[in-house]
Amino acid sequence: MNETNPMTTAQKTSNNTRLKMEGISKSFSGVVALSHVKLEVARGEVHAVMGENGAGKSTLMKILSGIHQKDQGTICLNEKPVDISSPKEALDLGISMIHQELNPVRAMTVAENIFLGKEPCYRFTNVVNRRKQRELTLALFREMDVAINPDAKMGDLSVAEMQMVEIVKAVSYNSSILIMDEPTSAITGREVSKLFEIIRRLKSKGIAIIYISHKMDEIFRISDTITVLRDGQYIETRPARELDHDTLVKLMVGRKISELFPKVNSAKGEVSLEVDGLAKRGLFQNISFKARKGEVLGFAGLMGAGRTEVMETVFGLRRADAGSVRINGEEVRIQLPADAIRHRMALITEDRQLKGLNLKASVKDNLTLVNLKKFSRFGQILQSKRENLAADAGIKKLRIKTRHRNQIVKTLSGGNQQKVVLAKWLLNDPEIIILDEPTRGIDIGAKAEIYKIIAQLAEQGKTIIMVSSELEEILGLCDRVIVLYHGKISGEFERSSFNQENIIKAAMGNAVARNSAN
Amino acid sequence: METGTIKWKTAGAFFSKYGIYFAFVLLTGTLVVVSPPFRTLSNVENILQQISVNGIMAVGMTLVIITAGIDLSVGSVLALSAVVATSFAHPDTYSLVVPVLLGLLVGLACGTVNGILIAKKRLAPFIVTLGMMTVARGLALVYTSGRPEIDLSDAYDEIGGGSIGHVPFPAIIFFVVVLLGIFILHFTRFGRYVYAVGGNELAAKVSGINTDRVLIGVYALTGALAGIAGIVLSSRIMSGPPATGAGYELDAIAAVVIGGTSLSGGVGSIAGTIVGVLIIGVMNNGLDLLNVSSYWQQIVKGLIIVFAVLLDKKAKQ
Repeated sequence: MNETNPMTTAQKTSNNTRLKMEGISKSFSGVVALSHVKLEVARGEVHAVMGENGAGKSTLMKILSGIHQKDQGTICLNEKPVDISSPKEALDLGISMIHQELNPVRAMTVAENIFLGKEPCYRFTNVVNRRKQRELTLALFREMDVAINPDAKMGDLSVAEMQMVEIVKAVSYNSSILIMDEPTSAITGREVSKLFEIIRRLKSKGIAIIYISHKMDEIFRISDTITVLRDGQYIETRPARELDHDTLVKLMVGRKISELFPKVNSAKGEVSLEVDGLAKRGLFQNISFKARKGEVLGFAGLMGAGRTEVMETVFGLRRADAGSVRINGEEVRIQLPADAIRHRMALITEDRQLKGLNLKASVKDNLTLVNLKKFSRFGQILQSKRENLAADAGIKKLRIKTRHRNQIVKTLSGGNQQKVVLAKWLLNDPEIIILDEPTRGIDIGAKAEIYKIIAQLAEQGKTIIMVSSELEEILGLCDRVIVLYHGKISGEFERSSFNQENIIKAAMGNAVARNSAN
Repeated sequence: METGTIKWKTAGAFFSKYGIYFAFVLLTGTLVVVSPPFRTLSNVENILQQISVNGIMAVGMTLVIITAGIDLSVGSVLALSAVVATSFAHPDTYSLVVPVLLGLLVGLACGTVNGILIAKKRLAPFIVTLGMMTVARGLALVYTSGRPEIDLSDAYDEIGGGSIGHVPFPAIIFFVVVLLGIFILHFTRFGRYVYAVGGNELAAKVSGINTDRVLIGVYALTGALAGIAGIVLSSRIMSGPPATGAGYELDAIAAVVIGGTSLSGGVGSIAGTIVGVLIIGVMNNGLDLLNVSSYWQQIVKGLIIVFAVLLDKKAKQ
């Protein structure tokens, strides 16, 4: 599986160095984000920068792309020291970046987005030559084998298509250094392969690529060299083929994670949630499943398979066209999240920033929100003492790293934000807990902690439903997995018959018989 | 050396955070020094009376803006409440309760309509309240045929003109409204939900909050407060002119924004709004006393609003 170009490492002589960052330090209002970090990237190399959240990867990349300015250190491009004080300067120097968060102008067309700020104009004028813009876009798309209509409105594209456009846009600057920060966060299987194809082509042109991702398998598939950062410090740089998964994790975390996935020793109890024939036109059809107390039931599938939509419907965020939901054997009508909460359900949403948290509020205000009535006298007057006690208990129990319960959630790291979402729901002591992508975008340390919490909850006899796109996570934690494809159940597997290949096949639409005795 | 810079930084942060309070003290201090008429007791009474109407509306506006909304209709709703209330305030007709209650109900009704359209029909607050602004103004004109009621009972006149000792009634009403606002926003579940809806409406919904009810409540409350402001104002000027209160919504919004409440929602406080109200009131009064033309006053007011937001933005960085 090693796709390293043998040439790159061989050619890695000094005059092949595209980028050399040395002694880079940066603090934000007294907090050290980077301390004497170095990074050396050669021509035509894919260089992965790895580290947990908060390790300093993003800060380093933001310094390189001119968003932040370094406090100390030197940056040399092709052996010449440079000063990068704005994103524009970085672009002029041939450094472009694909950002983790997509920020397209939704009301403009695809072509307009790609050429934003560098529109081709008629000669001697400032009038945009739309025809040429369109042709250039088509040429770029052809070159990269992308099939998107250049005249489509950006806002009408799927997230995956938007990400492809962002990638094309970054490539279109003809940069010599291309930074990719989580470029595959919204794309799957085939598109990832396409992206890697593009990356290989760019490599062969001598472009240096700095690649940041949490997805280990991608790192090993595409990168030539790996630099590891931890807590703002440089740890090590090594050729990718000298590293394996465990060693890399150890370098990143600084300790060995002997067992990422805890053993779940829970007794499976009665069926607590039973969904029968749930359907919503255009999203999913005939979804039926049962979940037991003490069980961790996984939902696998590709992005857009309808898993999130099913869960949101069960929870009352969407209305179903047909189907019924039973809780502990009794049919219930759930029309609003409040109904679901009353039936002791919890939904840890897929996107914590969009649906899970009020980022502008304090940790405490977020934690107590779900069941604020419990902390109110006469149902209205808040009892801040009891609120504070509960918040502190939640912070302690899930080991949320926050200076104080009144710290604004926005300032926490991704992993800690996710723990706030979990703690917020656990404060309500739910019986049925739906977790939608509970570890997306958080570092390994925090992941391990969240797995542990999930295992503990199952052992306490809670019903856990976990939607995840990370197969490793499904295989490692679930007792049973249901696979969705295009809004339909395409497979179901018991832990005893888990088979990675079959799950992937089911997720790709090859119907596999439900092999569980449900 | 090191601690020196840190202290300096902390002082800077402190100043940015409480800058608006310093600005108010500075403004008042300057006026106390340069303008003898400013520091008289009767002028203080005067200021209290002048700021009350804007203050009452700004309390409601604070809640609306924390939900990431806006209410452009309060000035017109004030006028509609004023004409309806005064029309029942002839001497020797109804008891004082009738005009007061009706004025309040008119405001409440307008606000509720705003809230329902915004929450249930998902229309933009700007559009809905812009519509209400025009409709309420029109209704006020239709109701009075353009002629204000000027013959009001003594009891009604007393609401805006009376006082306890040196404290005018409007100031007392403002004070009560402020206490009510602080209580609702900072000490009740509803108040917490106001922040939750403004900070992230979707997350609030997932958390089981009936966000529609929160939004309707906030706009209804703001309408009712505009109604109270209408009663206070018409009583103070001893008539109910349908054209009154035009542009008042902008003063209320200005006070809220000067007070550090974010137009993007989720952040803000009544305390800040009160300082905003005081700054606008003291400035208007002081510039009047210094014989600064009203043309210049507008320019100064505009600059202060922008400056206040700049300061606030800096504090948040």
